This record gives sequence, structure tokens and C-alpha cells, in this order.
Amino acid sequence: MAVLLDAKTKLLVQGITGHQGQFHTRAMLDYGTKVVAGTSPGKGGTTVEGVPVFDSCFEAVDATGANTSIVFVPAPYAKDAAIEAIEAGVELLVIITERIPFHDCLDIVPYARAKGCRVIGPNCPGLISPGKAKAGIMPSHIFRPGDVGVISRSGTLTYEIVNAITQAGFGQSTCLGIGGDPVIGTSMPEALELLAKDPETKRIVVVGEIGGTTEEETAKRAKRIRKPVFAYVAGRTAPPGKRMGHAGAIISRGMGTAESKIKAFEAAGVPVAAYPVEIAKLLHDND
Amino acid sequence: MKFYEYKAHEIFRKYGILVPRGVLASKPEDIVDPPLPAAVKAQVLIGGRGKAGGIKFANTVEEAREAARAILGMTIGPYTVKQVYAQEMLDIAQELYLSITIDRSARAPLLMASATGGMEIESVPEKSIFRIHLPPLVGLQPYVLRALAKKLALPKDVASQVSDIARKAFALFEDEDAELVEINPLAVLKDGRVMAGDAKLVVDDNAEYRHPEYAELPQDRTPLEEEAHDKGITFIQLDGDIGVIANGAGLTMATLDVLNLKGGKGGAFLDLGGTDDPEKVKQAFEILLKARPSVILLNIFGGITKADTVATGVKEALKEMNIKVPIVARIKGVNEDRAREILRGIGHPADTMEEAAELAVKVKAGGA
Repeated sequence: MAVLLDAKTKLLVQGITGHQGQFHTRAMLDYGTKVVAGTSPGKGGTTVEGVPVFDSCFEAVDATGANTSIVFVPAPYAKDAAIEAIEAGVELLVIITERIPFHDCLDIVPYARAKGCRVIGPNCPGLISPGKAKAGIMPSHIFRPGDVGVISRSGTLTYEIVNAITQAGFGQSTCLGIGGDPVIGTSMPEALELLAKDPETKRIVVVGEIGGTTEEETAKRAKRIRKPVFAYVAGRTAPPGKRMGHAGAIISRGMGTAESKIKAFEAAGVPVAAYPVEIAKLLHDND
Repeated sequence: MKFYEYKAHEIFRKYGILVPRGVLASKPEDIVDPPLPAAVKAQVLIGGRGKAGGIKFANTVEEAREAARAILGMTIGPYTVKQVYAQEMLDIAQELYLSITIDRSARAPLLMASATGGMEIESVPEKSIFRIHLPPLVGLQPYVLRALAKKLALPKDVASQVSDIARKAFALFEDEDAELVEINPLAVLKDGRVMAGDAKLVVDDNAEYRHPEYAELPQDRTPLEEEAHDKGITFIQLDGDIGVIANGAGLTMATLDVLNLKGGKGGAFLDLGGTDDPEKVKQAFEILLKARPSVILLNIFGGITKADTVATGVKEALKEMNIKVPIVARIKGVNEDRAREILRGIGHPADTMEEAAELAVKVKAGGA
């Protein structure tokens, strides 16, 4: 058993005929994920990488019993795709798509919650339980099975840190890329709770960045869980008010600064790495 | 997306929210029939214009033109004032505050209001600000407005006008994909009307495709940033002189942080995001070169982005623009060996991000 993904996971890929959808379907199949179906309106009846393609999520779920979906559909159509998957009955929805207007997520996220569907993302690399399965786009080769749980708002920075963890001889239980947008399906404190309850996770690495107050809230939760938690926060040198690419990465009104996040973690007894690779050293010191 | 004051007023007016009358002018002579007395205000996208002398008062057309003459061409922060807005002075009895924004933690819109608004809003104690989350999916319900009127102790006729404005402000928040709708002051006039004394609007950049009418509006970007934006490239100019290229916002920020810890200072930076198109990389790199960095630090961790794609784009841009800038390249991920091969002879290779940052600082100082 790992967090969210397990042997019963049957994955549907929404937007499977696109460049990204196709590329990552192959990569997820290679990793051992049970990719059972894809959707692409108008292309039902074809196959991609041997996976049957359907016109709608309803047909895909009916025919294959898919219970999880990963969304590669472009931003303007992502809300439609997400709601369709929720209505078709998937239990876990991973939204990779970036640049979705947050007002659309203000509909998707509460709607999913009301229907009992968990959302990861949007604007995220997805999730992976090394050696078992992945529903995401992360480069598989940097991961190794182990007991470190990883939570991150970022994509490539996660790879950097995961790589450092693996290089140092550790491995990962589950890595959750929760996304950097203002409105996301699974928040950092919620992800922390999931990993806190997971028997395969012995310690947790949190990768935060400037903007919002989710790191501060996570720090408060970290105080109450029994597993050691380590953190890295990106954006120490980001100028106030400048948007740094992510919708989430903006400092305003004195809130959400790297300084405030680092202080909150340290106050909660969570060691904070100065450099991304230093996470590995913190894990060692605590080993 | 941010909006000039006059533009925000125009949008609020479209939603039926009362705003002061005003005229826009880019030359003093454009002011013909202003509402008098008037406040003549510089149109800039940052705050603090009052302190900078960007607001003047006028009782006659002549005075309004005089004020415009003084303000136009003035420098406020990084901006030169190109337009002024001569706006009706209000006879205010009470200044309230009202805003709707997004609360990330609650994943819901947050309505805030206060019986004390205007310049004082910063010093209003937290507990006297009315804060309420607007329920998802169903929108603003009447109970919110009842609670608002009660908390602010508004008399009945004011309460009904404030409720009406709050309802319209929420419609604006939703329909315009706003991140922030702020009315400060929400002015109760001596004649009993309630009016948005000032109106602030910020719209989600990701929703630009739904609002093409805003795409042409000026933003607080440098000319190079503007050029990058038009090409869909994330590019920001900072104070330092080491140009940084990375992929992904988190990694880009971390690269700037590491550079700083190693004694360097990030200048312009480029976030390639999930680009997998050598032509796009080339375009992005050309923009960075135009910012004239003394060294370029390239830090790529390829997941979707393939390392050799980036290397090819970089090589072609350098060749085409015939510019010699030292490049420190650290490329990890899919096809990293091929990327190293492509960049052979061009850059200083590095294995880790820390090593790359150190090397960039050294190269800049002429030590490598």
C-alpha cells in the first residue's frame, strides 16, 4: 500500500492523443502503472500505445473500470474535462495542466469534494510511489523506493531535491506534487496528514515556495505529527510584488515571504535546508 | 493583470457600481470640461503617487490644466506619467471599506469590509474587520449581506446600497476572473448616496484568453518583459548582472537563491517552463541576451523539457546573434549527454546547481 496509488489503481488519461498525453502514457506504462483507457473527443475507437481511446470519460469508465484520471487537456478545456471525470465516478483526479484560471478551480475543487473525489493539482507533476506506480510526469529514473515522503508545490525543483535524496542513498515512499496555483485540490497540510498516516513513510520532506500561507499552516501541523519533517523554501531572494512565474509565487502585503515560512518551520522544530541538496544532509544527520 | 484607475472605474461603472465622474487626458489641453472641483491624478500602476506629487487639486479648468502640466511626464517609481485623470471631488460623510479576494487556504472567495476605510484601513484592528468566506459553487447569498450590515452597524438606507454594491462587486469578481476587487473608500456621501471612491481591480493572468479586450492594456513590465510576454515567455528583469535560465518557477527561484548564497546576484531571469521546442528556447534566449548579462547561468532539470532541446536552442541563438557571453551550463535529465555534446566548446559545464552558481560568480569576476 502506498499513498493514493495502489494495486487497484486503474488509470484513465484525458487528452491521451496529445503530444504530452502520449509521451507520458508510454512512460507511465513503462513504470508499471495500469493505464487502462484514454479519452479524446472524436477519436474513440483508436488506440495510443496499445491503450484504448474513448470519446468520453463515461464510456471509458464503463468499459474499463478506471477509478483514477490524469488530465493533460489544455487550460481552456480543463474544467470541462475535470467535471466530466468526476461525474463519471473517478475517485482520484490528477490535473497536470498549467495556467488554468483559478476561478475554474474554485468550481472544480469544491465540486470534487462534494462528490467524494480527491484532486491533486492543477499545475503539478502528479504523484509517484517509486517501484509501484506513477500518475504523473516526473522523470522516473531519479526515484528509488524508500521511506522518505516528499510533498512539493513545484515541479522541477522537486526533481532536484528527489535526486539529492536518492544520490545520498535514501529512497521515497510517495512523492506528491501538489501544484503551485492559488487554488489546489490537496493542500500542503492535507498532504502532510496523508503521509503522516502512511506506514511506509518514516520521514517527510516538504518543498515550499513564497506566496500564500500554506507553509506556515503546514509547520503548525508538523508540530503535532510524530515523524520527522524537513523543509526547503524557494524564493528567499525574490523581489516583493514580482510575479515569479507560478500564479502562487508572489509576495504581497508582507505575507507569504520566505522569511516568514522559514521562521514558522524552525519554530515548529522542522529543520530548513539553505540549499536544495542540503535536504540530504539533514536526512543523514537525523538518520 | 493590473488596471489604471480610470480603466478600473470604467469596468466598475459597467457593472452598475457608482463611481466619481472624471476625464482622462494625455495633454493638458485635453481637459475641456472637467467635473469641478477636481482631483487631478497621475495614472500609474503602483501606489504612493500622492507622496510623489502625482495628485493635485483644481477649482477651475485652468488649474486642472496647470496640474496636468505639472504631473504629466513626472517619474513615479520606474514609470513616466503619460496620462492624468481629472476626477470629481466627493463630499464624503463616512469612508467604508469593501473588498473581495481569493483565500487560498479556504479555497473560497473572501469578502472583507470595515466601517472605517480610506487611508486608515491599514491601521484598523484585525477584529473590527468583517471577514466572511463566500460559499463555493452557489455564490453570494443574502445572509452574507445581512451579517455585513449588522457588523458595520449601517443605517438601513446605507445598508441596502452597500448590499447592492457588494452583489455587483461579486458579479464583477466572477465574470472578470478577478483576483482582487477593492473599493476603498466606499464612500457614503453627504447627499446619502454610496459610491466607490476608488476602485482597484486585479485580474488573473491565466484568464487573459477569456478577456482579449484587456490583453492590449499596458502592464507594469519593462519593454523587454513586454516583448517576452507577447511571445508567451516568462522573463523578469532584476537588479543583478548574472542572467539565469532555468525551467519551472520553483527551480528558477531556487537557482537565484543559490546564486545569492554564493555571492552572486541574479539579473534577468527566464523560466522556460515545460518548453520542448528549440525555436521557443531560441526566442527566449535572444531576449535574455538583449538584457546584456555579463554571465549566463543555465540550470535545467529536464522532466518534460528535454535537455538537448534546450542546448540546441541556446547554441542557435548564440550563433545567430553573434554575441559572446560566457555561459555556465548545468543540465540534468532526459538526454543530458546529448546536451553536453551540443554545448561542448560553448560553455563551462557544471554538475550541480551549487557548483554552477559558484562557477558563474567566478567567471564574472574573470577567474575562470
